[in-house]
Parts: sequence; C-alpha cells; structure tokens
Amino acid sequence: MSTKTDKIDRLAELTASTETATGGSLWVEAWRRLKQSKMAIIGAVVIGAFVILAVIGPWVAPYDPTAQLWRGEVFTNRNIFVGPRAENWFGLDHLARDEFSRLLVGARQTLLVGIVATLLGFTIGALVGGSAGAALTLGGKLGQRYDTVVMRVIDMMLALPSLLLAVTIAAVMGQSLTTVMVAVGVVQIPIFARLLRGAMLAQGGKDYVVAAQALGVRKRRVALGHVLPNSLSPVIVQATLSLATAIIEAAALSYLGLGNPDAAEPEWGVMLAQAQKYFDAAPMLAVYPALGIIITALGFTLLGEAMREALDPKLRS
Amino acid sequence: MSLLELDDVKVHFPVKKGLVFDRTVGHVYAVDGVSLSVRAGQTYGLVGESGCGKTTLGRAILRLVDITEGAVVFDGTDLAKLPDEEMRRHRQRLQMVFQDPLGSLNPRQNIESILAEGMAAHGIGADAGERRARITQILARVGLPANALSRYPHEFSGGQRQRIGIARALVLEPDLVICDEPVSALDVSIQAQVLNLLEELQESMGLTYLVIAHDLAVVRHISDVIGVMYLGSLVEEAPSDLLYAEPRHPYTRALMSAVPVPDPAVEDARERILLTGDLPSPAAPPPGCRFHTRCPWKQETRCATERPALRELADGHRVACHWAEEIADGTITLTAREKAPAQLSG
Amino acid sequence: MPLLSVDELTITFAGRGQRDARAVDGVSFDVDQGQVVGLVGESGCGKSVTSLALMGLLPGRGVRLGGRAEFDGTDLLTLPAARMRDLRGTQLAMIFQDPLSSLNPVVPIGVQVTEILARHRGMRGEAARKEAAHLLDRVGIPDPTRRLKEYPHQLSGGMRQRALIAMAVACAPRLLIADEPTTALDVTIQAQILELLKELVDQEGTALLMITHDLGVVAGLCEQVNVLYAGKVVESAGRRALFDAPTHPYAHGLLGSIPRLDAPRGEALRPIRGSINDRIDWADGCAFAPRCDRYTMECLTGTPALTEPHTPGHQARCVNPVLPEGATSPQRTEATG
Repeated sequence: MSTKTDKIDRLAELTASTETATGGSLWVEAWRRLKQSKMAIIGAVVIGAFVILAVIGPWVAPYDPTAQLWRGEVFTNRNIFVGPRAENWFGLDHLARDEFSRLLVGARQTLLVGIVATLLGFTIGALVGGSAGAALTLGGKLGQRYDTVVMRVIDMMLALPSLLLAVTIAAVMGQSLTTVMVAVGVVQIPIFARLLRGAMLAQGGKDYVVAAQALGVRKRRVALGHVLPNSLSPVIVQATLSLATAIIEAAALSYLGLGNPDAAEPEWGVMLAQAQKYFDAAPMLAVYPALGIIITALGFTLLGEAMREALDPKLRS
Repeated sequence: MSLLELDDVKVHFPVKKGLVFDRTVGHVYAVDGVSLSVRAGQTYGLVGESGCGKTTLGRAILRLVDITEGAVVFDGTDLAKLPDEEMRRHRQRLQMVFQDPLGSLNPRQNIESILAEGMAAHGIGADAGERRARITQILARVGLPANALSRYPHEFSGGQRQRIGIARALVLEPDLVICDEPVSALDVSIQAQVLNLLEELQESMGLTYLVIAHDLAVVRHISDVIGVMYLGSLVEEAPSDLLYAEPRHPYTRALMSAVPVPDPAVEDARERILLTGDLPSPAAPPPGCRFHTRCPWKQETRCATERPALRELADGHRVACHWAEEIADGTITLTAREKAPAQLSG
Repeated sequence: MPLLSVDELTITFAGRGQRDARAVDGVSFDVDQGQVVGLVGESGCGKSVTSLALMGLLPGRGVRLGGRAEFDGTDLLTLPAARMRDLRGTQLAMIFQDPLSSLNPVVPIGVQVTEILARHRGMRGEAARKEAAHLLDRVGIPDPTRRLKEYPHQLSGGMRQRALIAMAVACAPRLLIADEPTTALDVTIQAQILELLKELVDQEGTALLMITHDLGVVAGLCEQVNVLYAGKVVESAGRRALFDAPTHPYAHGLLGSIPRLDAPRGEALRPIRGSINDRIDWADGCAFAPRCDRYTMECLTGTPALTEPHTPGHQARCVNPVLPEGATSPQRTEATG
C-alpha cells in the first residue's frame, strides 16, 4: 500500500511544480498587467505630477500671478523683455507678471478644462451610444428605429470639423471658460457614442450573449449586465486618450480667443495665445506653456495606450 | 410520448439592401420546412454539414431566432406563438449547451455568478444559500472541483469549460437540452469525457437531448434517432442502428462513406461515394430535390423538378427521395460516380 | 537513405519573464521518397510547430532550434534564409489548415499561381497562364480558366484548398507537408481532398508529411505513423501495426475514446482522464503519467526510452506498455534512431 501512496505523492509533487499560477477577474488581471507596464508607470507619474501641481499651484507660486509687479522693466513696443533671473525663474511675461507663478497657477485651469470636457463628452456620448446599443441588443422594430435616428444625428455631428463645431458653440454661448469646456466636450460626444455602440454591437453577437438569452435571462439584464460591461474597455481607453486631445483643443480655442474673457487669469492655452504676438522677441514665453501642454498630453496618451494593452484579452498571457 | 414536435418549421432570413430604407431583396432559406418529433427521455441527433441549417433550427426551437412559419410544440404548448415573456419563462425547461466553451461564457463572470444567473432569472432557490447549495451540487455532478466557484472561465481547460456550460444548463433542471456541437471544439481525448458525462446525466436526471453535430460518428454514438439535414430540410430520419445499417438517402450514403474510421482494415475495404461540387447557396436553393445537383443517383425525371416530401418507408425509415426503393433494390445504379478523381488524370 | 530525416529536433520558445517553453522535445522520424508519414497528436503536442520549423517558417527571435532535419543531405534547420526560400516551392511545399487566410484576398487566384510559376520555373505570359489553368484542372477545379480570374472569397472552402494544393504542387515538390489540411472542411469535401492527396502521392511519387489530430484520416492515408504527446514521439509504427496493437497507453487510450461510426450504439467510450495541462516534465518522468492508468513508480524516474516492446519496428516510449494479446514477454530492445 505504501508504494501506492508514494506513487501518488510523487506524482502530485511533480504536477504541482508545473502548475501555473491562477489569476483573478479580468479587471484584476488588467490592473496587474498595468502595474508591470513601463509605459503606464511613466504616464501615471507625469499625470500625478501634473495633478499635484494643479492642486498646490496657487500656494507654492512665489508671486501673485495676476499682479504686474515689475511694470517698469518690460516694454513690449520696444521689444524689451526680461528673461530668467534669480527672482523670476522663467522671466516675466509681456505684462511684467512672473511667468513661473502663472504656469503653476494655470495648471489647475488647464486640467479642469480637460477633465470637465472629457467627462461631459464621455457621459453624454456613452449614454447616447449605450442606449442605441442597448436598443439594438433588445431588438425589435422600435429599438432599430431608435438606433437609426440617434446614430444619424451623431453621424451629422461627426461630419462637422471638430474645431468648427467648437467655434460655433463658442459663438452661440459667448466667451467664457464654460464655453470652452462645453465646446470641447460636445466635440467628443460622437466619438464616444460611436465607439460604445460599435463595441456593444460586436459583443451582442457573441455566443455568451446568446447563451444568456437561452438561459432565460431578461433582455434588459442581458444588455446591461453582459453586453455593456464587456464593451467598456475601448471607451475607457478612449477617455484617457481624449483627455490629451481635450487639453490641446481647449488650448486651441483659448488661442483663438474664445476662452476666459478675463485674460489676466492664467491658463496654459491663453498664455500660449498671448505669447505668440511676441514670439520673435521672447520665444520662451510660448515654449513654456506649450511644453506643459505637450508633456501632460503625452502622459495621458501613454497611460491610455498602456490601458489599451492591459485590457486587450488577446494579449493576456 | 413526444416531448418536442416540430411541424413544418421554416426560418427565412431576409436579405436587405438599400441606402436609407432597407428593402428586402431576397431570403436565405436557412431552415425550410422541418418536421420531426423528439420523444421524452430519448436523444435525437441532428446531423449535417455546415450551412445545412441545423444550428439555426436548434436556436429557432428556443426562439433565439425568429420562426418564419410552422409550429414548435413543446409538451403541448406551441412555443412559436408564445408572447416573449412567456417564452422567456419557458426557457427554464429548454436549455442549450454551446459549441464554443469559452465564447459562450461571459469572461467577466466567475463560475458562481454564471451558474446563479439562470436561477435568478427564473426565481429558483429562496435565498443565496439555497442557490449556492444547488450550484455546489451540480458542480460535483459535472465533475468540477468545488473551489471552481470563485474562478473565471479563462482559468479552465477546454473540457472543464464545457462542463461549466453543461452545469449552467442543468442547474435549472430542464426537460430538454439542445446540445449544439457539444464536443467539436474539444480535443479528441476530452470529447469522450464530455460524451460520457452527457450520457450519464441523461440517465440520472431523465433528460431529453437534441444533439446537433456535423460528426456522424459522434451523433451515432449518442443518439437513439438520427435526422440528416441537407440545405434546410431533413432528407432522412431513422433509428441510429438502422440508419447506419441501411442508409436510404443518397446524401446519407455519401456522408457515411466519407466519415473516416480509425481502423485501416475498414478504411482500405470501403468504397467511397465521392460527391461532386459544393453545397449550393441557401439563398438560391436548387429547384426540385435540393440534393439533385450533387446526387450520384440523379434521374432524368422528377429529381430536378419535383421536391420530394419526407415519406415513411416500410422498414421505419423516413426519407425524402423519389427513388429510395429503386436505389435500395439496385434498379437504379450510380450515374455520376467519382467524377472528381476522373479529372485528375489530365 | 530517407528523403527527410529528422533527428532529435527540439524547439524552445523563450518565455517573456517566465521560464522557457519547450514545444518540441527531441522528435525523430524519417520520411522516404513517395511515402506518407503521419504526425498525430492533440493541440499542444508540437506537431504544427515541427512542420513550421521544417519549412523555416518560425520567427527567428525568441525561438531556439536544436537537433537536425536533413532533407536530401542538407540540414533545413541551419540553412540560410535565401536558400530556404529557393527550396520552398521547388523541393518543399506546405498546405495549411485555413485555406482562406493562406491566400492573398486581394489578388486573383490566377495571379497567385502564375507568380509561383514565374519565380520558380521562369514561366511568363501565356505559357504561365496555360500551366496555371492546367494545374487547377489537375486538382479538380472545374472551369479552370474562369476560376483563374476569381478572387479567393469567390471560391468555396474546398475549392480554396484545391487551389492551395495546386500552388503547392506547381513545381512538383519532392516533399509536401500538410498541416491539418481538411480540419476546416466538411466531411464530404474532406473525402475529396484526401482522395486528391492520395492521387498526387501515387502518380507523382511526392512524399507527404501529414499532420493531423484525426486518427480516422491517418488510418486511411498514412503508411508510417508517429504519435506525439507533449513534444515527444510516444509511439511510432506502421499504420496497421499501430491500429492493431496500440502500445503506448496514450495511443491506446486515444483509440478507445473515439466514437466509431461502425461501433454498435451504446458501446461505451473509454476516455483518457484529465487534460493536456495535467503533465509533468519529461525530465522528471513520463509526461503522460498523470493521466495514465498504468503508471508505476518507474514512470516517475526520468524520461522513458523509445523501445520495441513486442514487435520489431513498432516503437513505444513506455516502461509499462500495453501488450497485444499473446505477445511474448516484453523484450526491451533499445530502439535505434
């Protein structure tokens, strides 16, 4: 008898050594892979730094960003500017305000515009696209008609050049920071709507959805409990990537003069817009905010790409 | 007593075209008039090649696709006429096992949630505890470890996933289980495990099966009665042993002669009936007998003009061929034999 | 001398961050001129990787090859890429499981065939077109001149596989490797394709290395059969010998677990338990031991050798083989090769 138990023990020991570790749910596994990705870590560090800057900016700024403290030293009409020096690390802007303080304080506005605009686009887009996708999944004539009508409207929005659409909205709503956020957000709506609906449509044809129906699960639950959660990954990735474009587009709108009418309030896009007038004499005034926008956008893009990879089930090891 | 009766079931998918408004420009005749009956406690095997409509028929019974015409009578109720909500509730008694074990499981659900979902939908089990007890019981029955509950589909092997699919269907204690290619996605050594499990469960739970498969050997192994489908309709139906001993329809004969048998002696000795050409499109099925374009016994009369009905022969076969008797007694011999290899000599 | 002689072939995939995976672990077999040899096994046994290695189609990075594969005296594993390309198509050809993805979807069939004729046989223009039509006709594609102008998606699965075979045999290769050529096809179409492959071997004397999981296909086609399990040949025998007396418990179990068309209804299947994941390292013992009913303590002490337990020429890698009834006590002769 002992040989038999020996035999089984030995086999168990040998099989155990080749057994692979088991993971958890798909979200848990995606998180684990995200933590291992260099791209994700760099992106997260950049974004983290940016967020911290946005939060603490006003407190650490050495000077009041709106005060023209060195009025006698800058003469724009004679191309006299003040570059970096001990008391003003990044020099003075065209109205003799401390550029460094303005950059620190402006981060908050820029982040706010990006996040609010993306959230707006994401929420409305996902609602529109999700409802169309769900209507299609539920089936029936009514669902199809709803989908057709809604998606044609979305297509029309998609057909307009995004900046033109934003300019139109800004023109209607008047010049303000809210206008910029709404305009940038509205431009994102069709992207999110199309993406979510497309993903839901693809998932709706999968076997597990048919299986849930065969099980007798109610259609509403099939659409919301099965199809929707499995369609979210591309939309989440898009949201991260959209943050980057939202910041850039908000900057573009500010640059075109559609942003906050109170030009004294620092914001990277506005700063970039104002600096271009003096680009010949003081190019660094444009380079600082531009670099800020580029690095932040890059951070979000890196994180978005890393998330795309982590959430892709085909790449699962 | 028959548990399930299909009467002239048709499933036609409209082919739509149009820029703004969809116009129906034609139909795909996926299932085109199938009548059969499945007796309680039996296994009915539905065999046919890809595109013959067997999967669509299986889904039509559960009303997962719309039935164009005909009746699906399950235990006295015509499912084709039920309102949606009643049909949904009926699905507790009619369950389905799918071909792709991974694709048919939601990757974001753990096993407990997968198995509990059907019970929740049908209000089975008073509380979570009772449901869990039932789930643990069914897991043991299909041969899965109890620690499977909190794990996810991708952590299992193909055979285990198919066991999960079977458990999901059986936890509702259905009367009829439609198995759509239950083993074709599995490795050979695993197929036998699943087939044995299905047979075992049938015996212990008193299940009725409708097994849909392309593999005649699998169907023959598991079924009491076999129906052979070709291009949307049944061409032959007979008890399993009888069908194997005396296939009556030319298509059944060709199919049977094409199935490889893992035995060189059998393989060397047998005569193959090679069919020429490919399956015609179900969107434009040939007139007359649907098989006449490939039939090696095709006759000048009737075959191309008159669609044969499924009729009962003296020996218990049901066959849809005008010339079944004449072919059986040898009055009609092969007409287009082995056309394909003849072209090779060039 | 055999046409192809594979000797102790190993294929290792470098694991990313994890340990390396050995897909093929010392596989040896021969293919003679005009012979049909089968490599049989289930998914993950290493059969497809073996064929890709022989064709030089494995990616260079992350893959380590060991052993030798001599084709007519040249080692395929160390052949420079340029010479391998010349060899492919002229001497060696391969057909794959999925005919649709093996064909270029945006180029007509005719162009794809004439391209091969131009590259390897120097044929151009009308002559190439004529030869292409002749090839299609030869593999049983009706109305070949019209088909030459068609795109892959216009052909049925069976026709596509025929077109691929036409391309493979365009230069009369001496060895044809077929990797699950009929798995994606319906059974009546499978019968047509198998018949075609048999014809080619009989008429042209092409050697055929048939890679499949289907023992039924093997029974009708292959002269010599190698059964693979977890990257090693566990049994190698002539066709009749293997099916008459499957000797390795895996081959024996496999045959017992297949439903046979000619078996009476209700004959029980004897499945192999567990799955391919239940395995141990060959270095520790027999990889099949965890699924085996016959394993002993001896099975867990290192790789079992390939021996001839009952009949000369019938090799099995097992210390406790299934012996045919009436066989003499196992004469453990160490197998050569």
